[in-house]
Amino acid sequence: MKKRVVLHFPTGLVDKPIVYRLVKDFDLEFNILKAEVNPKEEGVLVLEIKGDDQNYKKGLAYLKSSGVKTQSLSEDVAMDKNKCVDCTVCIPLCPTQALEQNPKTLEVNFIQEKCIACGICIKACPYAAMSISL
Amino acid sequence: MKTIQEINQKIKEGKAQILTKDELLSLIDKKGRKKAYKEVDAVTTATFGPMCSSGIYFNTGHTKPRIKIGAGRATLDGVPCYTGFAAVDLLLGATSLPENDPRNNIYPGSFGFGGGHVIEKLVRGEDLLLEARAYGTDCYPRRELKTYINIKDLNEAVLFNIRNCYQNYNVAVNTSNKPIYTYMGILKPDLGNANFCSAGYLSPLLCDPRYKTVGIGTRIFLAGASGFVSWWGTQHNPSAERTDKDIPKKPAGTLAVIGDLKKMDSRFLVGTSMTGYGVTLSLGIGLPIPIIDEEVFDSVSVTDNDIFSQVVDYAKDYPQGQSRSLGQVSYAQLRSGKIRINKREVPTGSLSSLRKAKEIALILKDRITKGKFFLTEKVEDLPGLDSGYTFRPLKERSPK
Repeated sequence: MKKRVVLHFPTGLVDKPIVYRLVKDFDLEFNILKAEVNPKEEGVLVLEIKGDDQNYKKGLAYLKSSGVKTQSLSEDVAMDKNKCVDCTVCIPLCPTQALEQNPKTLEVNFIQEKCIACGICIKACPYAAMSISL
Repeated sequence: MKTIQEINQKIKEGKAQILTKDELLSLIDKKGRKKAYKEVDAVTTATFGPMCSSGIYFNTGHTKPRIKIGAGRATLDGVPCYTGFAAVDLLLGATSLPENDPRNNIYPGSFGFGGGHVIEKLVRGEDLLLEARAYGTDCYPRRELKTYINIKDLNEAVLFNIRNCYQNYNVAVNTSNKPIYTYMGILKPDLGNANFCSAGYLSPLLCDPRYKTVGIGTRIFLAGASGFVSWWGTQHNPSAERTDKDIPKKPAGTLAVIGDLKKMDSRFLVGTSMTGYGVTLSLGIGLPIPIIDEEVFDSVSVTDNDIFSQVVDYAKDYPQGQSRSLGQVSYAQLRSGKIRINKREVPTGSLSSLRKAKEIALILKDRITKGKFFLTEKVEDLPGLDSGYTFRPLKERSPK
C-alpha cells in the first residue's frame, strides 16, 4: 500500500531521528514531499509512505506514541468551486498536475490524489478558491 | 448592408438572428461565410478578467446634523475612500488597501482584502462599516461618523471604470532565477510558465478591431447590468502595431465604461488578490456587435489562429519600461497549454476566464433575443487607427 500523510512535530521532537525508525523498525519506504522544519517551532513533514499494511499501521502507531500528530494528506488542500472562476492561472504552477482544465466545459478541476500539498496554488489563486489546513 | 435601426426593429419583432461568437463560428463552419453573413444580425462577444482601473462612486445621503466628508477622511470596512468631492460623494478604487495592510513588507504580500473586495461585498448586499472624519464647518458642523451602510440605501452607487476591455495583452514570463510576483500572476524562474490575459477570439475589441461599431455611447453588458461606453479608456493606443487584418499584435485600444452598481451581479464582479502585487477587481463585460456590413462580419469572425501576442519578460524588461518581445505567439498556441520560447516548451496559464466570458456572451444573446437589450448607434467615434493617437511614457522633469 501507498499513503500520503502529514506529520506535525511538536517543538521538542524536531531534533530527534523519528522518521528513520519507520525504515529501521517497520520496513517502510518513504518519500519526502514537503518539509518545514524550523528550530524552536513546530515541524511539518509531508510523506508518501510505502509498505506492508500491518507495518504501516504499526509505524503510524509508533509516530503517535512518540508525540507526532498525523493526518492523512488528501483532506488538506481543498478547492471552493463557488470561488473558482476557471481562469487556469494555477495550472502551470502545480508541480504534480493536480489542477487541470476540462477541455469541453472549460472548468478547472482539482485532483486531490495527485496533490502533494505544496501550497503554491493557494498563493497563486486570485480568488482565494484554494485553501490548505496543515 | 443593414442599419442598427433595422436590426433593433427585428429584435422588437422577435425575428432577429443573434448569435454568440462561438455559435457564429459553428455556423460559418456548417454553412460557409456567405450564407452565415446573410443570416446573422448581431454577434455577442465578452471577456472576464482583472481590471485594475475599476472604481465606484456613491452618495450616502446627508446626516443630521450634517457632515462634510469632502476633504476629510473616510474608510469602508477599513479601506480608504477618496474624499476630494462634495460633502457625501465618495469614490473607492479597486486597488485601495487598508492603512494597516503590511503590503509587501512581508514579501510577497497576500493582499487578502481591499477596494475590489469592498465593491464585491456592496454588490452582494452586505452591510459595510463607513467611518468618516471631517474638519467641521458652520454649515456642516459634525466631525465624526461611524455607521453601517448598505447599497440599497445609497442614493447612487455607480461603477465607473476608466480603463478595461484591453484590445489584446502581453504574455508574461520570467527569465530571472527566482520567482516573481506580478499583476500577471506568479511567474516561475527560468521561463517556468507563461501567463496571458485575454479572451482572444471572444474578446470584444479584438472582434471590432477598427472600432467600427463600438464607440462612445455603446450599450454593453457590464457585470450583469446594462452599462455604457463612456469614453475611450486611459492608455488607449490605436496606433499599436497590427496584422494585415488590422488586429493589434500588442496591447492597443481600451474602453472607459459606466453602469449602475445596484443592478450588478457578484458572479461577474469579484474582488481579486494578486500575491505580491495588490488588490484588484475582476469584471465581466459583454459587447454586442451589429453586423452592419461584410467588413464588420469578417472582423468579428476572427479566430485564435489569427490573433497574436508578444512574450514579455516581467523580470527585467517590463519593470524597466523596455518594450522588447521575446517572441510572438498566437492565442491558439496559448490556449493549447504550452508555447515555445527560445526553443523551450513553456506551460501557459490564463488570468482571463474563457468559461465566464462564454457564459456572458450567452446571457447577452439571450437578453437581446428576448428584446430586453437593444443595440446602440455610437454617439462619437473612439480615436481610430489613423488618428495618430498614442500612449506615451511620462516625461520626467525635476523641480529646479
